[in-house]
Amino acid sequence: MEIISSNSAQLSNYEVMKHLQKLKDGRKKDKRQGQLATITYETLRYLENTPCNQQTPESIVACLKALEPFNLNKSEKLMLINSPPTTALEIQLMIEESEERLTEEQVKQVLDIIIEHFPHVQKQDDNEEVEES
Amino acid sequence: MFILAEMKNVTRITPDLFNLKLNDAIASELNKKLANKVVLNVGLCIALYDITTLQESYVFPGDGSSHTRVSFRYIVFRPFMEEILLGKIRCSSPEGVHVSLGFFDDIIIPPTYLQHPSRFDETEQAWVWEYDTGDGNKHDLFMDAGESIRFKVTAESFHETCPTSTAPSTNVSEKIDSSDSKIPYLITGSINEPGLGLLTWWDN
Repeated sequence: MEIISSNSAQLSNYEVMKHLQKLKDGRKKDKRQGQLATITYETLRYLENTPCNQQTPESIVACLKALEPFNLNKSEKLMLINSPPTTALEIQLMIEESEERLTEEQVKQVLDIIIEHFPHVQKQDDNEEVEES
Repeated sequence: MFILAEMKNVTRITPDLFNLKLNDAIASELNKKLANKVVLNVGLCIALYDITTLQESYVFPGDGSSHTRVSFRYIVFRPFMEEILLGKIRCSSPEGVHVSLGFFDDIIIPPTYLQHPSRFDETEQAWVWEYDTGDGNKHDLFMDAGESIRFKVTAESFHETCPTSTAPSTNVSEKIDSSDSKIPYLITGSINEPGLGLLTWWDN
Protein backbone atom coordinates (compact mmCIF):
# COMPACT_ATOMS: atom_id res chain seq x y z
CA MET A 1 0.00 0.00 0.00
CA GLU A 2 1.14 3.46 -0.86
CA ILE A 3 0.08 6.79 0.58
CA ILE A 4 -0.17 9.52 -2.03
CA SER A 5 -1.38 12.28 0.21
CA SER A 6 -2.09 11.82 3.87
CA ASN A 7 -4.28 14.89 4.00
CA SER A 8 -5.89 15.73 0.71
CA ALA A 9 -8.95 17.41 2.21
CA GLN A 10 -10.69 18.21 5.46
CA LEU A 11 -14.16 16.80 6.00
CA SER A 12 -16.79 18.31 8.20
CA ASN A 13 -18.47 16.12 10.77
CA TYR A 14 -21.68 16.44 8.80
CA GLU A 15 -20.15 15.00 5.64
CA VAL A 16 -18.67 12.05 7.53
CA MET A 17 -21.94 11.36 9.27
CA LYS A 18 -23.92 11.36 6.00
CA HIS A 19 -21.38 9.09 4.33
CA LEU A 20 -21.41 6.60 7.19
CA GLN A 21 -25.19 6.58 7.37
CA LYS A 22 -25.37 5.79 3.67
CA LEU A 23 -22.82 3.03 4.15
CA LYS A 24 -24.70 1.54 7.08
CA ASP A 25 -28.01 1.45 5.22
CA GLY A 26 -26.54 -0.15 2.12
CA ARG A 27 -24.56 -2.85 3.81
CA LYS A 28 -27.10 -5.27 5.20
CA LYS A 29 -26.36 -8.08 2.77
CA ASP A 30 -22.63 -8.09 3.40
CA LYS A 31 -21.56 -9.94 6.51
CA ARG A 32 -17.83 -10.07 6.02
CA GLN A 33 -16.90 -6.66 7.42
CA GLY A 34 -16.63 -6.94 11.17
CA GLN A 35 -14.29 -4.04 11.80
CA LEU A 36 -16.09 -1.71 9.42
CA ALA A 37 -19.37 -2.32 11.20
CA THR A 38 -17.76 -1.59 14.57
CA ILE A 39 -16.10 1.64 13.55
CA THR A 40 -19.08 2.99 11.62
CA TYR A 41 -21.39 2.21 14.52
CA GLU A 42 -19.13 3.86 17.10
CA THR A 43 -18.34 6.87 14.94
CA LEU A 44 -22.01 7.39 14.09
CA ARG A 45 -22.96 7.16 17.72
CA TYR A 46 -20.47 9.91 18.49
CA LEU A 47 -21.45 12.12 15.55
CA GLU A 48 -25.18 11.77 16.05
CA ASN A 49 -24.73 13.25 19.52
CA THR A 50 -23.03 16.35 18.12
CA PRO A 51 -24.80 19.38 16.64
CA CYS A 52 -24.00 18.16 13.12
CA ASN A 53 -26.94 15.78 13.47
CA GLN A 54 -29.33 18.62 12.73
CA GLN A 55 -27.33 20.49 10.15
CA THR A 56 -28.16 20.51 6.47
CA PRO A 57 -25.90 21.24 3.50
CA GLU A 58 -27.91 24.43 2.94
CA SER A 59 -27.53 25.70 6.50
CA ILE A 60 -23.78 25.00 6.46
CA VAL A 61 -23.24 26.79 3.15
CA ALA A 62 -25.37 29.73 4.26
CA CYS A 63 -23.49 29.97 7.55
CA LEU A 64 -20.10 29.90 5.82
CA LYS A 65 -21.24 32.66 3.46
CA ALA A 66 -22.33 34.77 6.39
CA LEU A 67 -18.97 34.21 8.12
CA GLU A 68 -16.95 35.33 5.09
CA PRO A 69 -16.46 38.99 6.13
CA PHE A 70 -14.68 37.98 9.34
CA ASN A 71 -11.48 36.76 7.69
CA LEU A 72 -11.35 33.42 9.45
CA ASN A 73 -9.11 30.67 8.19
CA LYS A 74 -10.30 27.31 6.99
CA SER A 75 -9.73 25.29 10.13
CA GLU A 76 -11.34 27.94 12.29
CA LYS A 77 -14.45 27.87 10.14
CA LEU A 78 -14.43 24.08 10.23
CA MET A 79 -14.41 24.15 14.03
CA LEU A 80 -17.23 26.72 14.10
CA ILE A 81 -19.29 24.36 11.92
CA ASN A 82 -18.36 21.15 13.73
CA SER A 83 -19.00 22.48 17.20
CA PRO A 84 -21.00 25.68 16.91
CA PRO A 85 -20.06 27.96 19.80
CA THR A 86 -22.71 29.63 21.93
CA THR A 87 -20.54 31.81 24.13
CA ALA A 88 -17.81 34.39 23.54
CA LEU A 89 -15.50 32.19 25.60
CA GLU A 90 -15.78 29.36 23.08
CA ILE A 91 -15.06 31.74 20.21
CA GLN A 92 -11.93 32.84 22.02
CA LEU A 93 -10.80 29.21 22.15
CA MET A 94 -11.49 28.42 18.53
CA ILE A 95 -10.20 31.57 16.91
CA GLU A 96 -6.57 32.31 17.45
CA GLU A 97 -5.86 35.75 18.87
CA SER A 98 -9.53 36.54 18.63
CA GLU A 99 -9.13 39.58 20.88
CA GLU A 100 -6.93 41.26 18.32
CA ARG A 101 -8.66 40.05 15.20
CA LEU A 102 -12.26 40.53 16.24
CA THR A 103 -13.93 43.32 18.14
CA GLU A 104 -16.46 42.53 20.83
CA GLU A 105 -19.14 43.60 18.41
CA GLN A 106 -17.88 41.15 15.79
CA VAL A 107 -17.76 38.26 18.25
CA LYS A 108 -21.38 38.97 19.00
CA GLN A 109 -22.18 39.02 15.29
CA VAL A 110 -20.47 35.63 14.82
CA LEU A 111 -22.53 34.16 17.66
CA ASP A 112 -25.70 35.61 16.16
CA ILE A 113 -24.87 34.09 12.77
CA ILE A 114 -24.28 30.69 14.34
CA ILE A 115 -27.58 30.81 16.23
CA GLU A 116 -29.42 32.03 13.15
CA HIS A 117 -28.22 29.11 11.04
CA PHE A 118 -28.08 26.39 13.68
CA PRO A 119 -30.90 27.30 16.07
CA HIS A 120 -30.84 23.85 17.68
CA VAL A 121 -27.52 24.63 19.38
CA GLN A 122 -29.23 27.17 21.58
CA LYS A 123 -32.17 24.90 22.40
CA GLN A 124 -29.90 22.15 23.65
CA ASP A 125 -28.39 24.53 26.17
CA ASP A 126 -31.81 25.50 27.46
CA ASN A 127 -32.73 21.86 28.01
CA GLU A 128 -29.59 21.25 30.00
CA GLU A 129 -30.33 24.17 32.26
CA VAL A 130 -33.85 22.95 32.87
CA GLU A 131 -32.56 19.52 33.81
CA GLU A 132 -30.12 20.99 36.28
CA SER A 133 -32.64 23.20 38.02
CA MET B 1 -11.35 16.15 12.93
CA PHE B 2 -11.78 13.98 9.85
CA ILE B 3 -9.68 14.16 6.72
CA LEU B 4 -9.49 12.40 3.38
CA ALA B 5 -6.32 10.47 2.65
CA GLU B 6 -5.43 9.45 -0.87
CA MET B 7 -3.90 6.00 -1.15
CA LYS B 8 -2.94 3.45 -3.75
CA ASN B 9 -3.02 -0.30 -3.42
CA VAL B 10 -2.91 -3.48 -5.44
CA THR B 11 -6.00 -5.29 -4.31
CA ARG B 12 -6.32 -9.02 -4.59
CA ILE B 13 -9.80 -10.34 -5.28
CA THR B 14 -10.24 -14.05 -4.67
CA PRO B 15 -12.38 -16.03 -7.14
CA ASP B 16 -15.25 -16.47 -4.70
CA LEU B 17 -15.91 -12.73 -5.08
CA PHE B 18 -15.98 -12.76 -8.86
CA ASN B 19 -19.78 -12.78 -8.78
CA LEU B 20 -19.71 -9.24 -7.33
CA LYS B 21 -19.15 -6.10 -9.34
CA LEU B 22 -15.40 -5.34 -9.31
CA ASN B 23 -15.95 -1.95 -7.64
CA ASP B 24 -17.98 -3.47 -4.84
CA ALA B 25 -15.55 -6.31 -4.30
CA ILE B 26 -12.60 -3.90 -4.12
CA ALA B 27 -14.47 -1.51 -1.84
CA SER B 28 -15.25 -4.31 0.55
CA GLU B 29 -11.66 -5.61 0.45
CA LEU B 30 -10.29 -2.12 1.21
CA ASN B 31 -12.69 -1.70 4.09
CA LYS B 32 -11.79 -5.10 5.44
CA LYS B 33 -8.12 -4.21 5.26
CA LEU B 34 -8.25 -0.68 6.68
CA ALA B 35 -11.39 0.04 8.68
CA ASN B 36 -10.68 0.69 12.38
CA LYS B 37 -6.91 0.47 11.80
CA VAL B 38 -4.28 3.10 12.40
CA VAL B 39 -2.03 3.81 9.44
CA LEU B 40 1.35 5.17 10.48
CA ASN B 41 1.48 8.96 10.17
CA VAL B 42 -1.96 9.06 8.58
CA GLY B 43 -4.44 8.41 11.37
CA LEU B 44 -7.29 6.11 12.31
CA CYS B 45 -9.03 4.81 9.19
CA ILE B 46 -12.81 4.94 9.34
CA ALA B 47 -14.32 3.98 5.98
CA LEU B 48 -13.72 4.11 2.25
CA TYR B 49 -14.82 7.43 0.77
CA ASP B 50 -14.50 6.69 -2.94
CA ILE B 51 -12.41 4.90 -5.55
CA THR B 52 -10.73 7.42 -7.85
CA THR B 53 -9.10 5.17 -10.44
CA LEU B 54 -9.14 1.49 -11.27
CA GLN B 55 -6.47 0.12 -13.56
CA GLU B 56 -6.43 -3.17 -15.43
CA SER B 57 -6.69 -6.37 -13.47
CA TYR B 58 -4.09 -9.12 -13.77
CA VAL B 59 -4.12 -12.82 -13.11
CA PHE B 60 -0.77 -14.32 -12.16
CA PRO B 61 0.30 -17.90 -12.90
CA GLY B 62 -0.52 -20.22 -10.04
CA ASP B 63 -3.06 -17.88 -8.44
CA GLY B 64 -6.69 -17.71 -9.47
CA SER B 65 -7.22 -14.28 -7.93
CA SER B 66 -7.28 -11.03 -9.84
CA HIS B 67 -4.95 -8.21 -8.86
CA THR B 68 -6.07 -4.67 -9.51
CA ARG B 69 -4.18 -1.45 -9.00
CA VAL B 70 -6.56 0.98 -7.38
CA SER B 71 -6.37 4.58 -6.17
CA PHE B 72 -8.87 5.57 -3.54
CA ARG B 73 -9.72 8.09 -0.86
CA TYR B 74 -10.32 7.03 2.70
CA ILE B 75 -12.01 8.84 5.58
CA VAL B 76 -9.44 9.14 8.35
CA PHE B 77 -9.76 10.44 11.89
CA ARG B 78 -6.90 12.86 12.42
CA PRO B 79 -7.64 16.05 14.34
CA PHE B 80 -5.36 18.96 13.51
CA MET B 81 -3.19 20.64 16.11
CA GLU B 82 -5.08 23.12 18.30
CA GLU B 83 -8.42 21.61 17.30
CA ILE B 84 -11.07 21.75 20.01
CA LEU B 85 -12.78 18.40 20.52
CA LEU B 86 -15.49 17.12 22.78
CA GLY B 87 -15.05 13.75 24.48
CA LYS B 88 -15.92 11.79 27.56
CA ILE B 89 -13.61 10.99 30.47
CA ARG B 90 -12.79 7.30 30.32
CA CYS B 91 -10.77 7.08 33.51
CA SER B 92 -8.15 8.93 35.50
CA SER B 93 -4.75 7.82 36.68
CA PRO B 94 -1.68 9.54 38.10
CA GLU B 95 -0.49 9.83 34.48
CA GLY B 96 -3.41 12.09 33.66
CA VAL B 97 -6.96 12.04 32.41
CA HIS B 98 -7.84 9.49 29.75
CA VAL B 99 -10.45 10.67 27.29
CA SER B 100 -12.51 8.70 24.79
CA LEU B 101 -14.48 9.79 21.76
CA GLY B 102 -16.37 6.51 21.61
CA PHE B 103 -14.60 5.30 18.48
CA PHE B 104 -11.13 6.44 19.58
CA ASP B 105 -9.78 5.88 23.09
CA ASP B 106 -6.11 6.81 23.06
CA ILE B 107 -6.31 10.41 24.22
CA ILE B 108 -4.50 11.55 27.33
CA ILE B 109 -4.37 14.85 29.12
CA PRO B 110 -1.19 14.79 31.21
CA PRO B 111 -1.14 16.47 34.65
CA THR B 112 0.86 19.45 33.37
CA TYR B 113 -1.89 20.26 30.88
CA LEU B 114 -4.73 20.22 33.42
CA GLN B 115 -6.17 23.38 34.91
CA HIS B 116 -3.83 24.81 37.49
CA PRO B 117 -3.73 23.88 40.37
CA SER B 118 -4.95 20.30 40.08
CA ARG B 119 -4.31 17.27 42.26
CA PHE B 120 -4.99 13.56 41.96
CA ASP B 121 -7.42 12.21 44.52
CA GLU B 122 -6.30 8.66 45.35
CA THR B 123 -9.53 7.60 47.07
CA GLU B 124 -11.81 8.84 44.31
CA GLN B 125 -9.30 7.98 41.59
CA ALA B 126 -10.06 11.26 39.91
CA TRP B 127 -8.29 14.53 39.17
CA VAL B 128 -9.52 17.56 41.02
CA TRP B 129 -9.21 21.17 39.96
CA GLU B 130 -8.69 23.26 43.08
CA TYR B 131 -10.54 26.28 41.81
CA ASP B 132 -9.61 29.49 43.57
CA THR B 133 -12.85 31.30 44.39
CA GLY B 134 -11.01 34.58 44.85
CA ASP B 135 -11.66 35.02 48.57
CA GLY B 136 -8.85 32.71 49.64
CA ASN B 137 -11.05 29.63 49.59
CA LYS B 138 -10.68 26.67 47.31
CA HIS B 139 -13.50 24.91 45.54
CA ASP B 140 -12.80 21.32 44.52
CA LEU B 141 -13.99 20.48 41.02
CA PHE B 142 -13.87 16.75 40.44
CA MET B 143 -13.30 15.24 37.02
CA ASP B 144 -15.34 12.05 37.20
CA ALA B 145 -15.40 9.30 34.61
CA GLY B 146 -18.20 9.64 32.09
CA GLU B 147 -18.32 13.43 32.16
CA SER B 148 -18.18 15.38 28.91
CA ILE B 149 -14.95 17.25 28.49
CA ARG B 150 -13.79 19.83 25.98
CA PHE B 151 -10.07 19.76 25.21
CA LYS B 152 -7.53 21.10 22.77
CA VAL B 153 -5.32 18.78 20.75
CA THR B 154 -1.69 19.68 21.45
CA ALA B 155 0.35 16.73 20.21
CA GLU B 156 0.10 13.41 18.47
CA SER B 157 2.47 10.48 18.24
CA PHE B 158 2.53 7.43 16.04
CA HIS B 159 4.24 4.16 16.96
CA GLU B 160 4.95 1.20 14.81
CA THR B 161 3.27 -1.80 16.38
CA CYS B 162 4.74 -4.49 14.21
CA PRO B 163 4.81 -7.67 16.30
CA THR B 164 8.26 -8.63 15.00
CA SER B 165 9.83 -5.37 16.18
CA THR B 166 9.45 -6.27 19.86
CA ALA B 167 12.64 -7.95 20.91
CA PRO B 168 12.15 -10.91 23.26
CA SER B 169 12.34 -9.41 26.73
CA THR B 170 13.97 -11.05 29.69
CA ASN B 171 11.11 -11.02 32.15
CA VAL B 172 7.36 -10.70 32.25
CA SER B 173 7.09 -7.24 33.78
CA GLU B 174 9.25 -5.82 31.03
CA LYS B 175 6.93 -7.33 28.47
CA ILE B 176 3.92 -5.61 30.01
CA ASP B 177 5.76 -2.29 30.00
CA SER B 178 6.60 -2.55 26.35
CA SER B 179 3.09 -3.51 25.35
CA ASP B 180 1.71 -0.55 27.30
CA SER B 181 3.81 1.97 25.46
CA LYS B 182 2.82 0.52 22.11
CA ILE B 183 -0.19 2.67 21.40
CA PRO B 184 -0.21 3.12 17.62
CA TYR B 185 -1.74 6.59 17.65
CA LEU B 186 -1.75 8.66 20.83
CA ILE B 187 -3.26 12.12 21.04
CA THR B 188 -2.21 14.49 23.80
CA GLY B 189 -4.73 17.10 24.84
CA SER B 190 -4.75 20.09 27.13
CA ILE B 191 -7.44 21.79 29.19
CA ASN B 192 -5.39 24.53 30.86
CA GLU B 193 -7.23 27.44 29.27
CA PRO B 194 -10.47 29.15 30.18
CA GLY B 195 -13.40 27.41 28.49
CA LEU B 196 -11.70 24.02 28.40
CA GLY B 197 -12.44 21.12 30.72
CA LEU B 198 -15.76 19.76 31.89
CA LEU B 199 -18.70 21.39 30.12
CA THR B 200 -20.46 21.94 33.45
CA TRP B 201 -17.62 24.18 34.66
CA TRP B 202 -18.41 26.84 32.09
CA ASP B 203 -22.19 26.68 31.89
CA ASN B 204 -22.79 29.98 33.59
